[in-house]
Amino acid sequence: MGSLKAINRKAKRVALQAEAERGDLFALADPSASAGGKVYHPMGCTLNFTPGWEIDISGGTAGLCQPVERDLFDCYLGCGWPAQVPDHLNNAPDWTDKCSSAANDWRKIDIVFP
Amino acid sequence: MNTVMEQQAPAYRAGEHHSFSAAGVDFWYLVPSGSIFALEGIGKDVLALLEDEALDREAIMQRLVERGYSYDAVSSAIDELIDVDAIASPHGQKQMPPVPLQEFPLQRVVLNITNQCNLACTYCYEYSDDRIAQTAGKQKYMHADIAEASVEMLLQESGSRPNIHVTFFGGETLLNFPVMRSTVTYAKRRASEIGKQIEFSLTTNATLLSEEIIEFLSQHRIGVTVSIDGDRELNDSQRVFHNGKGSYDVIVPNIKKLLKRHRTNSIGARVTLTAGVSDVRRIYKHLTEEIGFDAAGFSPATASPNRLYSIGPQKMDNVLDQFAALAWEYRDYALQGKQHGFTNASDTIKELHTGISKAYACGAGLGLLGVGTEGNISLCHRFVDSPVGKMGNIKDGIDHEARKEFLNTHHIGARYDCHTCWARPVCAGGCYHEAFIHTGNTSAANLHYCDWIRGWNDVCLQIYGEIATRNPDFLNRFSEN
Repeated sequence: MGSLKAINRKAKRVALQAEAERGDLFALADPSASAGGKVYHPMGCTLNFTPGWEIDISGGTAGLCQPVERDLFDCYLGCGWPAQVPDHLNNAPDWTDKCSSAANDWRKIDIVFP
Repeated sequence: MNTVMEQQAPAYRAGEHHSFSAAGVDFWYLVPSGSIFALEGIGKDVLALLEDEALDREAIMQRLVERGYSYDAVSSAIDELIDVDAIASPHGQKQMPPVPLQEFPLQRVVLNITNQCNLACTYCYEYSDDRIAQTAGKQKYMHADIAEASVEMLLQESGSRPNIHVTFFGGETLLNFPVMRSTVTYAKRRASEIGKQIEFSLTTNATLLSEEIIEFLSQHRIGVTVSIDGDRELNDSQRVFHNGKGSYDVIVPNIKKLLKRHRTNSIGARVTLTAGVSDVRRIYKHLTEEIGFDAAGFSPATASPNRLYSIGPQKMDNVLDQFAALAWEYRDYALQGKQHGFTNASDTIKELHTGISKAYACGAGLGLLGVGTEGNISLCHRFVDSPVGKMGNIKDGIDHEARKEFLNTHHIGARYDCHTCWARPVCAGGCYHEAFIHTGNTSAANLHYCDWIRGWNDVCLQIYGEIATRNPDFLNRFSEN
């Protein structure tokens, strides 16, 4: 906080809460470096020393757990990764209706304006 | 159209707060959260604008941009200040969490193991004209089976709490030492069987402290509070035997033995202030330097205003001055990293450091209950065997309906007089017993000492601010859990 300095324990908790509600979500970011945006190695999709992160063992992307074609929404649906996707529950429930197979139809995903 | 828009623009005003300065720094104590912030830079300028008037966002922006701040800096400062409630939300009150009505696990029982006393102190709330306990016809001494059943109740009702506490009280507690001794042994065994930590404490007038008893207290790490009102002259003006003889010469040798041999838990002096006994500094010096107590705490006698010993508002003003002087001494010690024994100051500063915001004035009926000699359960030890504050009995268990009703009607939300007071996070309306003696109603706020409480909290905030600025490491001792 630039405008106030938290002094007692309650003030520190209040400030932390306010920051958490207003601030960006860093997910797996290193908390000690969150302000600088230094990110942990993403875990769960693929390890960055296995073949690819960018490519799978065959040299393509289809075999990756989250191929780049799907990272718009599969990260968030499948892995809970806080990817930036339209609000699937309330405001844009049908934004992927025309996309039955992400690998093939990803171009048909609607553009949603907030 | 413009006019309508201007009228609708929400006004920003300062959040509920108490401002104070210490060590050259300006602070805001925010209410009701109990958080303490130091004002700095742009935040200080924004809040200075709002201290006396409400302004809309554009007006705040305009005035600060004129002073050279960037538009973005002002905007984000305003948002930050709203986030912590330093600026009241312009879009109405934030939703407060509902009053918790779920069962609250018990932490402590106070066992009044006797209603008899070998002293006849004028102000005693158990014997004076203000007494509410109806002990006539009741057992004078608690039997071991009632004490053990109380321990069982504590074990059962403490739920998942790992640490529990039994306090022995009276009357004069040590008149029933055999039951205290057997209860400690019993409670330790049962707590260890169940896997809980149990601690004990007692309050005593020190007249009956024998070597055997001191050895027992030390061996079982029992915390001791000794009631004593100062030097011989002051103590003996109030704390007398039934024949009128003062107790000082009997208790001081016992206390010195206790202080010398019992080093396993804290031993504190508890002073009751009355009309003739209000020289706080003199009493503190005597108790710590002459007798050797590490800690001493003071509290005015609970009394109707017309009692001769009632301390009255003028003397209480004087007491506040003396409290402040001792508290500044506490500050001097703290800045050198040393502990000072004025517990009124350390208790309040601990609460301010935690940022406590009390829903209830104390733990009575919440985590603490009192038990009388025949097993009647009550709000606390002060209400034991009184028709007010009944909470069931040991045989049938806690009256959960009565407890729930009490918690509903005594929540800070129901003490309307407190709703505009900045000291309510720490005070919350004050002692239920004090309120009952003064107004006949346990749920009334103690309006007779509001100014005093605000004055005292202001002193403690200044001291806290100074310690937090100049020797913040000292405050680590208050940071358990």
